[in-house]
Amino acid sequence: MVAAAQHPNIEILTYSEVEAVDGFVGNFQVTIRKKARLLDESKCTGCGLCEEKCPGRATSEFEEGLAKRKSIYKPFPQAVPNLPVLDKNSCRLFTKGKCGVCKKICPTGAIDYEQQDEIITENFGAIVMATGYDLFEWQEVYGEYGYGKYPDVITGLQFERMNNAAGFTGGKIIRPSDGKEPKTVVFIKCVGSRDEAKGKAYCSRTCCMYTAKHAHQVIEKIPDSQAIVFYMDIRTPGKAYEEFAQRSIEEGAVYVRGRVSRVYQHGDKLIVKGEDTLLGKPVEVEADLVVLATAMVPSRDAKAIAKVVGIGTDQDGFFQEAHPKLRPVETHTAGVYIAGACQGPKDIPDTVAQASAAAVKVCSLFSKTEMATDPMVADVNLAICSGCGMCVPVCPYKAIELVPKAERVNGKQIERLVAQVNSGLCQGCGACNAACRAGAINVKGYTDDQILAEVDAICL
Amino acid sequence: MRMAYYPGCSLDGVGLEFNLSTRAVSKLLGLELWEIPDWNCCGASAAHTRDQLLALALPARNLALAEQEGLDVAVPCAACFNRMKVTELATRSSKETKDAISELIELPYEASNQARNLIDVMANVVGLEKIKEKVQKPLSGLKVACYYGCLLVRPPEITQFDDPEDPMSMDNIISSLGGEPVYWAYKVECCGASQTSALPKATVPLLHRIFQNAFENGADCLAVACPLCFINLDMRQGGVKKAFQGSYNLPIFYFTELMGLAFGVSPKELGLKKHFVDPMPLLNSKGILTRANAGREAV
Repeated sequence: MVAAAQHPNIEILTYSEVEAVDGFVGNFQVTIRKKARLLDESKCTGCGLCEEKCPGRATSEFEEGLAKRKSIYKPFPQAVPNLPVLDKNSCRLFTKGKCGVCKKICPTGAIDYEQQDEIITENFGAIVMATGYDLFEWQEVYGEYGYGKYPDVITGLQFERMNNAAGFTGGKIIRPSDGKEPKTVVFIKCVGSRDEAKGKAYCSRTCCMYTAKHAHQVIEKIPDSQAIVFYMDIRTPGKAYEEFAQRSIEEGAVYVRGRVSRVYQHGDKLIVKGEDTLLGKPVEVEADLVVLATAMVPSRDAKAIAKVVGIGTDQDGFFQEAHPKLRPVETHTAGVYIAGACQGPKDIPDTVAQASAAAVKVCSLFSKTEMATDPMVADVNLAICSGCGMCVPVCPYKAIELVPKAERVNGKQIERLVAQVNSGLCQGCGACNAACRAGAINVKGYTDDQILAEVDAICL
Repeated sequence: MRMAYYPGCSLDGVGLEFNLSTRAVSKLLGLELWEIPDWNCCGASAAHTRDQLLALALPARNLALAEQEGLDVAVPCAACFNRMKVTELATRSSKETKDAISELIELPYEASNQARNLIDVMANVVGLEKIKEKVQKPLSGLKVACYYGCLLVRPPEITQFDDPEDPMSMDNIISSLGGEPVYWAYKVECCGASQTSALPKATVPLLHRIFQNAFENGADCLAVACPLCFINLDMRQGGVKKAFQGSYNLPIFYFTELMGLAFGVSPKELGLKKHFVDPMPLLNSKGILTRANAGREAV
């Protein structure tokens, strides 16, 4: 991130949102809302005094809700750019009308409570979507794990934050309820994944590996500890992955093949009831901490941004690639590429590979002065087109617009609207062909006449 | 308010208290229960293991009789309720099934009415506000573990009421009566009632964990809404205590009995004398029976 931020040809717009995307491949006009940090970026030196003195508190998003942060804060120590942002919802000045400590203390006078969002529009040649993932909201559906009522039932990401040397515990694994070190840690895999009844049908791919890592970390960091993993299958395809998972087992992680049917609080312990399907017997574990390997789902706003950019999503809300095997980083919209978990659950090596592929796709697009496209695109017969505009909203790629056409009728010069297809954007899907009442639009190579001729050839 | 009432076989025999208390509290709440004339067995536990169509036709006849009156059916028993919901959904989902059922029962049946469990009726048809109004002897100080059993809220796509893992409607009713529902872990775990006569030793450990967990979470008693759970929890408690040296003594109540007590109905009218685990010492020690009529004073 730091290297990217310092690169002369890379501009990073953080705390910004894409509001609209117009245009087409090679010529996108993107409207971006730069949200107000309530801070003048050119003046702020990132000294951190304001954060230190801020009296406001809020739940830290970066620490997955396990710790507090200040109202003016840097999301995490290595944030790029290394500047704070003021959160209006918890700021005392905005909620109670009285404070202003940060402004008083700031040595460069960078704090600006009046700052407004800024809308910028810029032109781009291509777009790479990399919106990542969120965790499945297990609290909504998994009553058997307590609907989030028990503080010591946490997600893998929360465990990861605790485990991080720069995290809020300084790398110590603790129980959120009392801060004590857990001795028995139960890991439950496939929470939301591979569960058509309550969650998602797909496998989240990364959980088997990170759970093996977590189990290893418990055994390594906590003396006399026990790590128990409830699993359905151990899925570790990848270079050196299986060896890694086996190492955790050799180190003493107990793998129990079966689902957990119930977790409940008993004194300060959590009772985990499940089944060992290899033994064919119910098992019960007294645990200090339960870690859920929750499914990966598309980031919360993925559907909305897909609409803005004009790309499709699959049944689970992940961005749809143009072809699952042959065009995995392209979308059906020319010039828009996808990378990482926004396309489907993925671990780091796969994400890096896909991101690199997307970058190279962009490079190859930009390296030519002319673009070769598929010739099977929609074509308008201007003599028949009535300019009704039915085709415009049905086009999923925003490839059709109505344009005025001048012509002579009965000796008079008139102007009427007709449909015009942008052949760079059109993907030849044929939606307009079906929608056109006059039969004026045809997809080249698949015209109505050609299809009828085929039908005749078969039937007559 | 008028509803069809399907007591089912249990409420005519082992679950008589459930019947008595249901009728008593419904009367006080102004809920008129129209007992389905000449109702028949719902076939639960036996029919669906023999013949799927028979299992649908048996409850369908009762539902069809209520449908003719244009009434929804209030069902106290969890198993009857479950079978009736299965029938209702099967009838709505397929015309073939509907026609086959109608032919068997020789009655038209469209499933235009619905079966509703008694908890659902009390909590959502009558309403908690109405229940609160009728309370004369609040159950304050009485800690109740509400036991729903495995069948009442499952499978959720069939029963279509309350949460399958952490149901709260009975707890809410107990709160409205002034009682204190306890938080505990076994409210929807199986008590093994279907094996209580055939294989009692299989039910003993299942029952013990239920009692133990309720006891450890501070419950004075259990409230249930299923006649089979009731018998199993009530009748087998002595044996379970002996087997596990349990120190608990947990009277079992139908939730309607607790409603009746709070409404000021006498224990005799509610059939409390029929319980194996005598609830009277607990009720006396909490002073619920002798409590001044708080509700009436307020009016």
